Amino acid sequence: MGKPTGFLENDRQDRSYGPIKDRVNHYNEFVVPLKDDELKAQGSRCMDCGIPYCHNGCPVMNIIPEWNDLTYQGDLKGALDILHSTNNFPEFTGRICPAPCEAACTLNLDDRPVTIKTIECAIIDAGWEKGWVKPSIAKTHTDKTVAVVGAGPAGMACSQQLARAGHKVSLYEKNEHAGGLLRYGIPDFKLDKSIIDRRLGQMQTEGVDFRPNMTIGVDITAAKLLEDYDAVVLTGGSESPRDLPVPGRTLNGVHFAMDFLTQQNRRNGGEPVGVEDILATDANVLVIGGGDTGSDCVGTSVRQGANSITQIEIMPKPPEKEDKLATWPHWPQKLRTSTSHEEGCERDWNVVTKEFLGDDDGNLRAAKCMRVEWTQDEGGQWNMSEIEGSEFEIACERAFLAMGFVHPIHTGMIDELGVDKDGRGNVAANTEDYQTTVDKVFAAGDMRRGQSLVVWAIREGRQAARSVDKFLMGSTELPR
Amino acid sequence: MKASGLPEKQGLYDPSNEHDNCGVGFICNIKNKKSHEIVTQGLQILVNMDHRGAVGADPLAGDGAGIIMQIPHDMLVEECAKLGFDLPQIGEYAVGQVFLPQDDNAREACIKAFDTVIPREGQELLGWRDVPVDNSCLGESVKATEPVIRQIFIKKGADTVDETAFERKLFVIRKQVHHVVWDEAGDDSHANFYMPTLSTRTIVYKGMVLSGNLGNFYLDLQDERTTSALALVHQRFSTNTFPSWELAQPFRYLCHNGEINTVRGNINWMAARKATMSSEVLGDDLDKLWPLIGDGSSDSATFDNALELLVAGGYSLSHAMMMMIPEAWDSNPLMDDDRRAFYEYHAALMEPWDGPAAVCFTDGRQIGATLDRNGLRPARYVVTDDDFVIMGSEVGVIPIDESKIVKKWRLQPGKMFLIDFEEGRIIDDEEIKSSLTKAKPYQEWLNRTQIKVEDLPEENPAMAPDHETMLEAQQAFGYTQEDNKHFIKPMALTGQDPIGSMGRDTPIAVLSARPKILYDYFTQNFAQVTNPPIDPIREELVMSLVSLIGPRPNLLNVNRIGTHKRLEVRQPILTNLDLEKIRHIENHVDKGFKTYTLSMCYPADQGAGGMEAALEKMFAKAEQVVNEGYNILVLSDRGIDKDHIAIPALLATAGVHHHLIRTGLRTAAGLVIETGEARRVHDFCLLGGYGAEAINPYLAFDTIVDFADELPDDVSIEEAQKRYVKAVDKGMLKVFSKMGISTFQSYCGAQIFDAIGLNDELIERYFTKTASKVGGIGLLELATETVRRHQAAFGNDPLLKTQLDVGGELAWRHRGETHAWTPETISLLQHAVRKSDRDTYRQYEAAMNEHDVKVQNLRGLFKLKGTGKSVPLDEVESVSDICKRFSTGAMSFGSISWEAHTTIAIAMNRIGGKSNTGEGGEEAVRFKPMENGDSMRSAIKQVASGRFGVTAEYLVNADEIQIKMAQGAKPGEGGQLPGHKVNEWIGRVRHSTPGVGLISPPPHHDIYSIEDLAQLIHDLKNINPTARISVKLVSEVGVGTVAAGVSKAYADHVTISGFDGGTGASPLTSTQHAGGPWEIGLAETHQTLVMNKLRGRISVQVDGGLRTARDVIVGALLGADEFGFATGALVAEGCLMMRKCHLNTCPVGIATQNSDLRKLFPGEPGHVVNYFTYMAEEIRILMAELGFRTINEMIGRSDTIEMNDAINHWKAEGLDFSGLLHKPDVDEGVSIYNTETQDHGLDKALDNGLIEQAKDAIENGTPVKIKSTLINVNRTFGTMLSGRVAMKYGKTGLPEDTIFIDATGTAGQSLGAWLSPGITIDLKGDANDYVGKGLAGGRIVVRPADICPITAEDNMIAGNTCLYGATSGEAYLRGIAGERFAVRNSGATTVVEGVGDHGCEYMTGGIVCVLGSTGRNFAAGMSGGIAYVLDETGDFETRCNMAQVDLEPIEAEDVQMEREGQGGDLENHGRVDIQHDMTRYDAQRLKGLIESHLHYTDSARAQDILNNWDTYLPKFVKVMPVDYRRALLEMQAKDRAAEHDGVNTSVGN
Repeated sequence: MGKPTGFLENDRQDRSYGPIKDRVNHYNEFVVPLKDDELKAQGSRCMDCGIPYCHNGCPVMNIIPEWNDLTYQGDLKGALDILHSTNNFPEFTGRICPAPCEAACTLNLDDRPVTIKTIECAIIDAGWEKGWVKPSIAKTHTDKTVAVVGAGPAGMACSQQLARAGHKVSLYEKNEHAGGLLRYGIPDFKLDKSIIDRRLGQMQTEGVDFRPNMTIGVDITAAKLLEDYDAVVLTGGSESPRDLPVPGRTLNGVHFAMDFLTQQNRRNGGEPVGVEDILATDANVLVIGGGDTGSDCVGTSVRQGANSITQIEIMPKPPEKEDKLATWPHWPQKLRTSTSHEEGCERDWNVVTKEFLGDDDGNLRAAKCMRVEWTQDEGGQWNMSEIEGSEFEIACERAFLAMGFVHPIHTGMIDELGVDKDGRGNVAANTEDYQTTVDKVFAAGDMRRGQSLVVWAIREGRQAARSVDKFLMGSTELPR
Repeated sequence: MKASGLPEKQGLYDPSNEHDNCGVGFICNIKNKKSHEIVTQGLQILVNMDHRGAVGADPLAGDGAGIIMQIPHDMLVEECAKLGFDLPQIGEYAVGQVFLPQDDNAREACIKAFDTVIPREGQELLGWRDVPVDNSCLGESVKATEPVIRQIFIKKGADTVDETAFERKLFVIRKQVHHVVWDEAGDDSHANFYMPTLSTRTIVYKGMVLSGNLGNFYLDLQDERTTSALALVHQRFSTNTFPSWELAQPFRYLCHNGEINTVRGNINWMAARKATMSSEVLGDDLDKLWPLIGDGSSDSATFDNALELLVAGGYSLSHAMMMMIPEAWDSNPLMDDDRRAFYEYHAALMEPWDGPAAVCFTDGRQIGATLDRNGLRPARYVVTDDDFVIMGSEVGVIPIDESKIVKKWRLQPGKMFLIDFEEGRIIDDEEIKSSLTKAKPYQEWLNRTQIKVEDLPEENPAMAPDHETMLEAQQAFGYTQEDNKHFIKPMALTGQDPIGSMGRDTPIAVLSARPKILYDYFTQNFAQVTNPPIDPIREELVMSLVSLIGPRPNLLNVNRIGTHKRLEVRQPILTNLDLEKIRHIENHVDKGFKTYTLSMCYPADQGAGGMEAALEKMFAKAEQVVNEGYNILVLSDRGIDKDHIAIPALLATAGVHHHLIRTGLRTAAGLVIETGEARRVHDFCLLGGYGAEAINPYLAFDTIVDFADELPDDVSIEEAQKRYVKAVDKGMLKVFSKMGISTFQSYCGAQIFDAIGLNDELIERYFTKTASKVGGIGLLELATETVRRHQAAFGNDPLLKTQLDVGGELAWRHRGETHAWTPETISLLQHAVRKSDRDTYRQYEAAMNEHDVKVQNLRGLFKLKGTGKSVPLDEVESVSDICKRFSTGAMSFGSISWEAHTTIAIAMNRIGGKSNTGEGGEEAVRFKPMENGDSMRSAIKQVASGRFGVTAEYLVNADEIQIKMAQGAKPGEGGQLPGHKVNEWIGRVRHSTPGVGLISPPPHHDIYSIEDLAQLIHDLKNINPTARISVKLVSEVGVGTVAAGVSKAYADHVTISGFDGGTGASPLTSTQHAGGPWEIGLAETHQTLVMNKLRGRISVQVDGGLRTARDVIVGALLGADEFGFATGALVAEGCLMMRKCHLNTCPVGIATQNSDLRKLFPGEPGHVVNYFTYMAEEIRILMAELGFRTINEMIGRSDTIEMNDAINHWKAEGLDFSGLLHKPDVDEGVSIYNTETQDHGLDKALDNGLIEQAKDAIENGTPVKIKSTLINVNRTFGTMLSGRVAMKYGKTGLPEDTIFIDATGTAGQSLGAWLSPGITIDLKGDANDYVGKGLAGGRIVVRPADICPITAEDNMIAGNTCLYGATSGEAYLRGIAGERFAVRNSGATTVVEGVGDHGCEYMTGGIVCVLGSTGRNFAAGMSGGIAYVLDETGDFETRCNMAQVDLEPIEAEDVQMEREGQGGDLENHGRVDIQHDMTRYDAQRLKGLIESHLHYTDSARAQDILNNWDTYLPKFVKVMPVDYRRALLEMQAKDRAAEHDGVNTSVGN
């Protein structure tokens, strides 16, 4: 598989990016794919491990060694078949997945993992380009109906699987278009939205009935859903953002990150923004929260022409390099620098925001912060304490709160259905059958597991589809 | 029927597993001069072969001994007269030796049976005589089974024409009486009724006595009137100790030393002939003889039964022997045409009885002996000038005046040797065989009757279907992606059975949640200890894949012969074309054959429940068409489709095979299988093993067509298919050879498999007599699995639409098979030991045990209920005490890196456990403690078949020496370290040349049987008396019995390995399909040892897939004292289960020698220490819970385990662990764990005297000269002394000749084993096997006694397997040595005057000079060193295996000098070290060697050669391994470059 000595002969080579000075002027993707021979060489580096840790590291359990090998052999079509057997939307994960597979790659022990994500993306891009991706229409159809609520990656994967199993699937979406955070959260320069649209076209042919602009509990009652459908799958995501209830929170210029990001995507997509513009143009921007959403705020702010951008994080600065032997093959805590960071931004850690300071007009002018330190107690618990006298101010006219999401929105559908919730406020269901406490109602994706990666959403959508199929038919051939 | 004295089958103990090997010998007077002296000397042979037998727990209970001789007529006449009846002339009456039951009623019944049968057969009963015995010499355990021994006298009836007819009648009488007694009595009271002999010519006295006591027990044997011209004696070494009188040998016609590996198949084939067998001479009597062969007897007894039938049916003894043990005729260019035709002709009549065998046979008029085709047993003989011949497993078994000896020779492989008393002469092999082979026009008959498939006219072969249709068929037959990727593709590309590494950690088939194909429920058997595996590559000359398809001729038709048509294939895998030829053969071959194709498919709507009826229908149809005259049956599953389910081909094959056996029709028709199911080597082996004579794997061929576009340009589809067939062939040969079987014909139907997870009903019905120990699924479950697969294949599963199931057997995969080692378990263990985090370790244990409980393995189904009373933790024995019971598995330096190897060694030394060197030697630097107090010394030194680096110094630095008989991942196989892995470092440690590949032979060439093992144990104990000697075995059914034998062979320790042990490289066929779970092997071992009262003598270790504390607890409860871990320890130091060990690309620097990769090695000794101490802590906690304070308390407490009823797995339901968990009921006081030490008898060794006399030499280096007289019982002479020298002086030893031993007589086996430098043994006399085994620097000289008149160079001077594994030193042998001379020599220099077959096999270094002829297959596998052979007849090349060597002339010095540009005298050009540069200076070196030989031995041969040097020199041939020359030239080039650099540097200075 691959080439036994490939990893000794070829170095890791990943996709490159368009130059910063160019890319900050537009919202298009700027990744430069590998050439064919480079791609093959990268495929040859796969060692076909007796235990492919990547395969376990990947939430959808991509059968990575197989398609690495086929890529090395130049059989991208064969590779695509295998890739699609575990992943409905490799073009999404091939672009925006943080790639836990690569962290788990055996070659990552030596910091030279196989460029799995790049290969994945190349396979599916070739698939679309060459026309290998075709609708997979069920040969026989059942008379069962399923409502999937929430057209993010979980809902899409779930609908597609159920449609392929021959059920009548309606995919409800509160927004104008399907895609969820893929469409409205992730900036276009990371994921071009036409990539979502062509998938939706495939799903359309496969029989998925799209119901956009439908908010359950507003446009249609949950009770009606239960009445009309043999099963209902809740895939509405985890959309309640974590707030920062400090003085000055209501000042003009303090926004949730997602409000800011969504606007820009709508703008790019020609959708009406609907509310007042939130723009970083000519502003000093403070991004609170060191994760991917924060990073997306940085990149978007750069493109809007911010004066300066600062990103702060309450946690300590992670190490540049992890203690490999104690962490591998798990996802390591380490310093990650995104393309957006490279485009220009200050980063600071161990910083807590105490207050937003405004000018007389109620506009944000600065944030008041303090330094913190983290200590571990005997039980191994980490505790944070503020360092006295470490107060400082960060001048900013825009502050974006990118501190994650706490749980799904309860009001409306969830409350109406009365499904049990887990301790964190997510819809309670296990990963064996994805059934909620309400008969014939299932839940999957962030709505069930809390905020997470797209790849986890796809996994849950697929697995829930299998459970629904089994629930409806008594048995199922859909894979987990 | 079962032999008396053996206990009933209970637990996992089964008396049918018993094995035996032995010593055998005879003395006779060629001129038929009878004397009592001969009887006495026969008994003396027994005394002197005492060491080849064994005693059990009862010191007076031997394993049996006996003598066969001519009827002592004079004595009997007198004795019978006293009893009131007169004996007629000799030849006119028969005497029968009869063992009768002790019980009066039972005995009366037996006697009555004679009264009925004898007159019925027209003969006359004369009377009975009580055989006088003195049973005071019997052991107590034996007395209970002692039969009442009587002689019966029968007079030839008036209507019986001659003695031969009378003998036939006696045979019928004996059979009839046995049937009456056994069948009609119907209970065990008559079990020990038995007739050793009933003959007009011979009589057997045998019993369960120590060999030295035979004469004391049978008073007749002491009687001066008891005379005979022959005495053939036998001493048994049985793996059991249960006394069984009738299994003592000799039998009626023979004594056998060895093992018939194919006996199950031979029994079946004999039974299968019932309907087709008829005999003109026996007539209606034939029907009275069935069953011909008693089941449950030993292989030797079975062999005797068959021989007896053939002789009764009209064959001569020698003719019958040639049929049963044919020479290797198939690919022997040296065999003459008549002889080959004879064998080829008889191949259709009788399948070979295959296995190591030295058979001595006699009918009273002739005595003879023959050896198996591979010469795996020793047989030496001497002829004296007063007409005596003495033959035995050893030479020197009776003292003979050397001056009377006229010939010393041996029996050669496949050869026969006969003494005809009536003609009064010795008849040699050539004469016997040419008279038989020319007696009939066999070749002409063959020409007329033999049809080869390849010669049949062309037909239309089936073509491959479209991809989708094929995919569905593949899925229905259970193909996975791995079948394509790991089997079919590589096989089609390379023509080899594919290799993998690391062990198997997947569930056995019956515990797998995935539908398994039937083949996966069977594991291959393999040879260990009681018989040797064969090397099918290097010893290819004995292997054969020829298969005869179709009906077999009548075995007993000795008159109208030569008319029966036979269909032959070169190998049993048929292409589609071959199959069509066979299908349509009726139209072509004079109506000799008629083929019927029988479908294995049945309607899908009948579901799983319909399979049984479908099978029955098939059987009935098969029977019907055979009765109608069809004589080739093709079972076909081509009819598979959505609506038709294919019955598993193996089930159908075995079922039809056994059905036809049962109906007596099997030999009336051939069985050909056309199946899409078989694809891996294992599958084909099973089909063949259960009766298929040929197989057409059409779907595998179709699969190759399907990936045609992936084939390289130069490989056509046809070529790829051909390579695939070649890969299957080679793989099958390897599987046969693992069991020591050489031919497909004898493998066919031999059922060399254990079943795991099939219930008894299924086995008995379809796989009759296959061993199966734990029950399991029945036909319905099996059918359900098949139907599930079928439905998935033809259903709508989206994943199966375009591709096969992932499989996941060979590498972990989501949706694939479950594994024990997963990303989760590996990372938990590694994080735990690296962070010293015991909590994480406990998570690891929990995760691993959870896997087990999810029916990962048998122990996962166990519920540990404990004693019912837990104990406080602080009362449980300590972590450090527990750790002493831990050792790590054998992994060689070479297979793993220095870093990985030493890390484990240091860790094990820190915790007080033991690490194992593996097979690769150990550098002396590791014997000394390190500066920080750590030690890199491995406590266990392994001795494997390659003997790499096994020197005296290595052995004396051991606490334990482990003899590796088998390895869990590849039992019965050798190994290979490719040249690119042998760097300078590894080459040095292994005493080999860098860059030259190294081969470990499949067998230890000094262990072909149990008594050989005893000898090696004795040898090792001599070199290092303080080390424990351990024997490593692999779990299979019967391993317990082998372990009992090992205990009796005085091993201190035995390891039972599970099939899931690891490996650096092994054919996937082996890692996946050979060997059984350790739970079964361990339980059987423990139970058998306890029942034999041998458990106390030996420490039992379990290894192979032990991973957690719970595993250790289960191991102890099933009977283990100690525990071995390999993969677990490797994972602790960083192994990721890459399974790439064989590719040298290990990314964590463990299984690689690549210096860049080795830098990535993450392990530290502390990690490994953490693993074991955490585990020991967990063990303590578990022990406390279960209520055990010490491990000893736990051992064998299988009563505290019960089957976990919480497990509800549809396939596991039928499992039955009652046998596995059986606790033998033994008297109190019988040890159930290791409590004693073995008595190795070292106090009797002559070496004690040598050491005493050499004290000054050892202590101060003062030279001494010691005189010594040897006889054959003085074994391993000089070795204990050598050990003392090695201990003090290491490998450098003492200066030359410091200890000079001047010896006379016949040396026992292993003369001078591991002799250290400074010791010289100069023996005048001769020597037995294994002279100079492991020679480590000393010098051995053997030459005939001065008074012996024989011509030294025409006679034997030493036995087989001399200089095996020698690393340095010299040996000069004036005379001829036996087979496998200098096998695996890696450094010794030797001169000998002739050698047998397989000389210099696997040699890697040293110099061998043969001043005479060699046998066949010289230099097979020779990768290093050089040999000079004097080739006077000019045909050496035909006897040399040219696969790895070149033959070169030896150029005279001056010619060579000129070429080297040195011209002129050596002296003028400075000194040249001729011993150093093996590429040059041959003439000087050769001459020097011959001069030394003359000097040391006074050889007339050497003198003659030197006197006529110019005449002889051109007749010498140099044997030069190709790789060796390349490596030497490379090294020279490197040296020259270094020299060159050196010059430059000095100039710079």
